[in-house]
Amino acid sequence: MKNTKKIISFIVVMTMILALCSVSAFAAEGETFKIGGIGPLTGGAAIYGNAAMNGAQIAVDEINALGGVQFEFNAQDDTGVAETSVNAYNSLKDWGVQAIVGTVTTAPCISVSAEAYSDRIFMLTPSASSTDVIADKDNMYQVCFTDPNQGIASADYMAENYPDAQIAIIYKNDDAYSQGIRDTFASEAESKGLTVVYEGTFTEDTQTDFSVQVAAAQAAGADMVFLPIYYTPASVILTQANAIGYEPTFFGVDGMDGILSVEGFDASLAEGVMLLTPFSADAEDERTQNFVAAYNDLYGETPNQFAADGYDAMYILYAALQEAGCTPDMSAQDICEALVGVMPTISVDGLTGQGMTWSATGEVSKAPMAVVIKDGVYVLPEAAE
Amino acid sequence: MVFFTYLISGISLGSVYAIIALGYTMVYGIAKMLNFAHGDVIMVGGYICYIALNSLGLPAIVAVILAMIVCTVLGVVIEGLAYKPLRQAGSLAVLITAIGVSYFLQNAAQLIWGATPKNFTSVVHFSLPAGLMSVGLSSEALITVLACIVIMIALTTFVNRSKLGKAMRACSEDKGAAQLMGINVNRTISMTFAIGSALAAIAGVLLCSSYPVLQPTTGSMPGIKAFTAAVFGGIGSIPGAFIGGLLLGIIESLAKAYISTTLANSIVFAVLIIILLVKPTGLLGKYAPEKV
Amino acid sequence: MKNMKKSTKTDFATYAGVTAAFLIMYALQRGGHLTSSISGQLVPICCFIVMAVSLNLVVGISGELSLGHAGFMSVGAFGGIIAAQSLAGAIPSAPLRLIVALVVGALCATVVGFVVGVPVLRLRGDYLAIVTLAFGQIIKDLINCLLVGYDSHGLHIVFNISGLKSINDLHLEETGKAIIKGAQGAVGVTKIASFPAGFILVMITLVVILNLVRSRTGRAIMAIRDNRIAAESVGLNITKYKLMAFVISAAMAGAAGALYGLNYGSLVASRFDFNTSILVLVYVVLGGLGNIWGSIIATVVLYMLPEALRQFSDYRMLVYAIILILVMLVTNNAQLKALLGKLIPHKKEAAGNE
Repeated sequence: MKNTKKIISFIVVMTMILALCSVSAFAAEGETFKIGGIGPLTGGAAIYGNAAMNGAQIAVDEINALGGVQFEFNAQDDTGVAETSVNAYNSLKDWGVQAIVGTVTTAPCISVSAEAYSDRIFMLTPSASSTDVIADKDNMYQVCFTDPNQGIASADYMAENYPDAQIAIIYKNDDAYSQGIRDTFASEAESKGLTVVYEGTFTEDTQTDFSVQVAAAQAAGADMVFLPIYYTPASVILTQANAIGYEPTFFGVDGMDGILSVEGFDASLAEGVMLLTPFSADAEDERTQNFVAAYNDLYGETPNQFAADGYDAMYILYAALQEAGCTPDMSAQDICEALVGVMPTISVDGLTGQGMTWSATGEVSKAPMAVVIKDGVYVLPEAAE
Repeated sequence: MVFFTYLISGISLGSVYAIIALGYTMVYGIAKMLNFAHGDVIMVGGYICYIALNSLGLPAIVAVILAMIVCTVLGVVIEGLAYKPLRQAGSLAVLITAIGVSYFLQNAAQLIWGATPKNFTSVVHFSLPAGLMSVGLSSEALITVLACIVIMIALTTFVNRSKLGKAMRACSEDKGAAQLMGINVNRTISMTFAIGSALAAIAGVLLCSSYPVLQPTTGSMPGIKAFTAAVFGGIGSIPGAFIGGLLLGIIESLAKAYISTTLANSIVFAVLIIILLVKPTGLLGKYAPEKV
Repeated sequence: MKNMKKSTKTDFATYAGVTAAFLIMYALQRGGHLTSSISGQLVPICCFIVMAVSLNLVVGISGELSLGHAGFMSVGAFGGIIAAQSLAGAIPSAPLRLIVALVVGALCATVVGFVVGVPVLRLRGDYLAIVTLAFGQIIKDLINCLLVGYDSHGLHIVFNISGLKSINDLHLEETGKAIIKGAQGAVGVTKIASFPAGFILVMITLVVILNLVRSRTGRAIMAIRDNRIAAESVGLNITKYKLMAFVISAAMAGAAGALYGLNYGSLVASRFDFNTSILVLVYVVLGGLGNIWGSIIATVVLYMLPEALRQFSDYRMLVYAIILILVMLVTNNAQLKALLGKLIPHKKEAAGNE
């Protein structure tokens, strides 16, 4: 009878769950746009999700303070898993979502955008950068660069400025972002006649120790190390290279942004690191500085590029909704069609780019900026010399 | 020459695994349970040390001791609240509870300290002569290896010589008989958890000193690897955990260097499988003949 | 004889219960009375029920702790995706293609289950557990190296061990389609899984496993679990029976994986890591070892729990962890067990034998 008791207790829990679900299913019609957010708020990828959603929240607060169109923002956790992401999407649908800022990571975004495509709900991802995210979906737009864009830009930059570099690549090969950039970089580097002397990989499970990859890059004689990875593993690579006295030029992409704000990281190690980034928390313009100050106040951290992408995503949505003349009483489907119509026509100034425009495929057009870290801040490469 | 660099990086990685594995194997030997939350206690140890160093500005040695105290208390509390009530239940029930504890610690850590990784400030402050540095030996690696050897010797002596150590061995052999001989089994198990958790704190500090990313999931993968190392050496055996950890680190490092960085983990696991097929109870595990 | 009847009754109650639950949910779904949230969880729940029930065959019935069950799900999922995506032209009917994909997934997992099972089952206890964990990790890493594409010449498969190859190395034709892009996983998968298919898969699993358990083979498997030496001494072929349970369980997991894979637009191998294996194990243990009915309910409740806890936002997974610990304590605490044991004396003996 032990089992009977168990079963009864399960049924009780079950009933409670269903009761909870039905409570959360109340979706009141209001004067505000219901904007959903999806990203990993817990788990291993939580830094990216939290940053993007926090950035978006700041934008929402600012937009609401303007007094015009009002936004209601509901950020849901997907733990970085496609399945949970679709679940999060479904619960946003129950809430009555009208447009979505998300998802933050690539693989979940592909799954969710397939659902959103058939449901006709407009999606704008802050940071899912693979081309597969936007492929064949007219209602899916990106704020960040696509991966090929970054790989090609990096290779072109190196070919122009360091044609004789002996290049080592260290990348994360179970991550679509890193692998995607590496693939286009490798083929572009080959066609530009760049020399790649070493390629090392790592995975989610082995991203704490790079002593072997670093030593191998050193042994192969690399004087330029290309790191198409996020800043957390990059900070370890810099630390470990320093520990064995290896000092090549490190070259990163937008994921590298944030390395100076890693708590406890010795920023002097990042001296001379080059990166292509659309956003810099040290930028002098007023808007970036206000954003950085607001973020610091609310969350006690310096925002990284994900936060800026999230912030921009919300403003892009705001601009597009106004351009299309949408009102909060429209259905998600009507809003979607209206936004799909205006997205290729608008131009938005954001933290991650001036005059961002979009092609009808959903790809953003903005210029990546090459910067060098000097005395703990980003400067243009010319100024560093 | 570069081979020595790889070897040294393997030994230093291996010693971290070994220290974690020592904690695993102690708890397993006495409580006969796989404590999946062990890796997360390591993470907590890392955070406590980080805060003591960076926010409170305490000296390194005080920070390490503070981390050990907090982890010891945490270990005993976890044992008392989550594992003790299940002493009579099947080992799987305890395993699942340990997983629950692991989820709990990870998520609590995220709520307290945030998801953003912190770059751990090494507790080791001296640097080695340039000659040693050039072959890839860092001061952290040296301290880790030394700490590992000291801990192993201390643990072996403790378990073999001290009264409590004997009580632990008795509990490990036969809980019922130990109880009849006047040993307080519950207290002995609590003590084992206390020691295991203190070791976890040291492991956390050394792990983060060498591989300086500290985030709520920091402990999980090293935890699994250390568990593998403990089984590799023969679970329950203290020298076994030490050898298992070292071998695992060296194999991982050399596989990364010479075979494939992508498949390094797989190669480690493949070697483990082969060893277990040849020696089904690990390298130094005891063979327990089944009684009919 | 009486005992026999009782178990048959339980089995039919299980079939009837599952069918009734399906019919109610399906009717609600068709009528549009379900929230999108619940309706979206129906297929994955079916997949995880199959996973839990099949793992129960290994852990509960056969008595071996497996920590790599998600590996078989992974093999089945990617096998199924390859089949479904590459046959999109040859078999236009989605349900038919789904069936083919499930069969392919199950077959792939069967082969892998056999390859893994032969060495693994020579080991015992925690050593066996760690080796299944190791195989789960190896499968994940190997799938991360897999590049698969399809064009008019058929399937192109490249095994990217060095990590240096990319989808361009498949040399697909212009019209060709990449199916699996290594660690980036399967992308652009056409979603063909459906709730009725999930229900049918659950029913097939239940029929196979319940009949196996009640058969001569099943009794042999349980005899080996309860006393290996005694079973051996009466002439049971230990390896054969253990392998049988292991491979059948792997095949079911493969089919579940195929269904799961075809329910989402993208899939990465790291989804089927150690944590997923553990998750399924939690379903099994919480539902009761060897208790099929319990596995089903535990899966449904525990799968829906994190979704239902969404309103706790940041505290969601923390609350989940606390609930998990509390449920384990309440259902397994010695005092509570003893209390129940006093009320029903013969049950206590049965519990003691577990």
